[in-house]
Amino acid sequence: MTQESFSARRQSETQDAAEQIQVNTTGQSAGVDDLLDEIDSVLESNAEEFVRGFVQKGGQ
Amino acid sequence: MSARRLVGLETEYGIIRPSMPKANATVLSAQVVDSYAQLVAETNSQVRGARWDYADESPLQDARGFTVARDQAHPTQLTDVEPEVDAGIWTAESVALDGNDARVGSTLYQEKDSTDVVMNMVLGNGARLYVDHAHPEYSSPESTTPRAAVLWDQAGDEVMRRAMDTAARLGSGELLMYKNNTDNKSVSYGAHENYLVPRSVEFSSLVQGLTPFFATRQIFCGAGRVGKGMLGQRKEFQISQRADFFEAEVGLETTVNRPIINTRDEPHSNWDKYRRLHVIIGDANLGQISTLLRVGTTNLVLSLIEAGAAPKLELGDPVAALQQISHDPSLKTAVRLRDGRKLTAIEIQREYLSAAQDYCQWQGHDDPDTAEILERWAQVLDLLERDPLLAADQIDWIAKYKLITSFAQRHNLSLDDPRVGMLDLQWADLRQDKGLYYRLAARGAIQTIFSQEEINRAVTEPPEDTRAYLRGKTLQRYAPYVVAANWDALSFSVPGARKISRIFLPEPLDGTRRDVGELFDAQLEIDEFIDQLARRA
Repeated sequence: MTQESFSARRQSETQDAAEQIQVNTTGQSAGVDDLLDEIDSVLESNAEEFVRGFVQKGGQ
Repeated sequence: MSARRLVGLETEYGIIRPSMPKANATVLSAQVVDSYAQLVAETNSQVRGARWDYADESPLQDARGFTVARDQAHPTQLTDVEPEVDAGIWTAESVALDGNDARVGSTLYQEKDSTDVVMNMVLGNGARLYVDHAHPEYSSPESTTPRAAVLWDQAGDEVMRRAMDTAARLGSGELLMYKNNTDNKSVSYGAHENYLVPRSVEFSSLVQGLTPFFATRQIFCGAGRVGKGMLGQRKEFQISQRADFFEAEVGLETTVNRPIINTRDEPHSNWDKYRRLHVIIGDANLGQISTLLRVGTTNLVLSLIEAGAAPKLELGDPVAALQQISHDPSLKTAVRLRDGRKLTAIEIQREYLSAAQDYCQWQGHDDPDTAEILERWAQVLDLLERDPLLAADQIDWIAKYKLITSFAQRHNLSLDDPRVGMLDLQWADLRQDKGLYYRLAARGAIQTIFSQEEINRAVTEPPEDTRAYLRGKTLQRYAPYVVAANWDALSFSVPGARKISRIFLPEPLDGTRRDVGELFDAQLEIDEFIDQLARRA
């Protein structure tokens, strides 16, 4: 890739990225909200005991 | 200068049996590997009709002189008793502890102990699946592009899921596995990266070039953790799972006094020509983009070091910097350099990025992988600089951070609430219907580059452009005759032959589809196949 085409590509991609950000963050927030709406049915119910029971032996 | 390089990724998974929290971890890990071996045996006999049978009559085991009777206690039974009182468990454990590095990847034939456990196997996709101390581990087959490294790493997660499902189906009970790196109770387990580097590169230049990079790359490949300190005693969110478990700058250890730069020198290839840079500082990433960036940017930085073009940066205290950066999700923390400057992680990463961009502009590059990594690296640093949350659909720790902080806000909880701890753990649950990473990804809230179909294919098929192709295809096609396989050798036992034939694979970029694909296409008999291979060696 030449220097010019490399720079040009970077510039246009940066613009594209800027346009996409709005969409992405909106989608991301909606995803988080939806997941939190149903979290009670997904999350292990005995949280305290479950987390306490997650004991691992040493690894690398 | 390229983002392409021979890479392999290792993941040690967290494992528990919820119904028996004190179950022996080595035995649980052995169940995972053994269950997968049984799944492979079932699938293979149905689909390909090959004799991939681990039972008594296999000539494979006879050749090695193993006792193969499976009528002794199966390890699945062993967790029904307290580990302390059953000697068989310690036998299994001692095999795991002793066997690993001594005989890398040696199986298919199985490493057996008296309880007849498959502890260690090589898969048809060229990967290694084994028990590493107290964790099941998947070591991906060698690949040459960042994308391929991601794909075969994701395949490992799928292998573990299938093993977990198989264990349950075969009556071993429910096992749960986690792609994380700490239990938040003092223990950490690794996600290691292996990069092929020319032996001619001075190790000191690797240390110098990589240390500031490794201390800072967590901003786009950290997996996120609720808890500070090795014990997770303070319930605050930090970027990296592993940062608080590092205590040294350079060293040989991997389990204690962990160093930012690990000096293990075991190339699994031509020693004169290569070293295998064994990187132990990374987090295990569920996210495909975080994995892609982790591998791709590291490849680029290694290229810079090889070209003598890495930025000249020296951190005042690398271990402290690693932890200070991890402890600040706002990414505003500046760390001190030897020359007195103070730079943020983003600024340090920008030094590396711009060195890579400059070098590529000067030298040119013509592969799409390099272009992609340079573009994504620049893009993600821009987002992180504006607001880290803008990268929540790409970067593991940010996606997790967003979920956890949103949850805490919604319910007005502090981070020491047990349900927050549960979120932190369940984020990494490998079950796709329970794991919160997967639930979020399924809603399209996390970018992916590979579909489940592509990942499934990588579970069974090896990369085509490394020796993993020869290894994987050989196991698919000629498994009954393979008495041992590891990273750099395949050993065959053929009926009627007087000795074992050993084929060495010291060159990781040989044994590709281009090199040996025709041998598999030709459907050769085993002796002819071995002859042809030996002739090419």
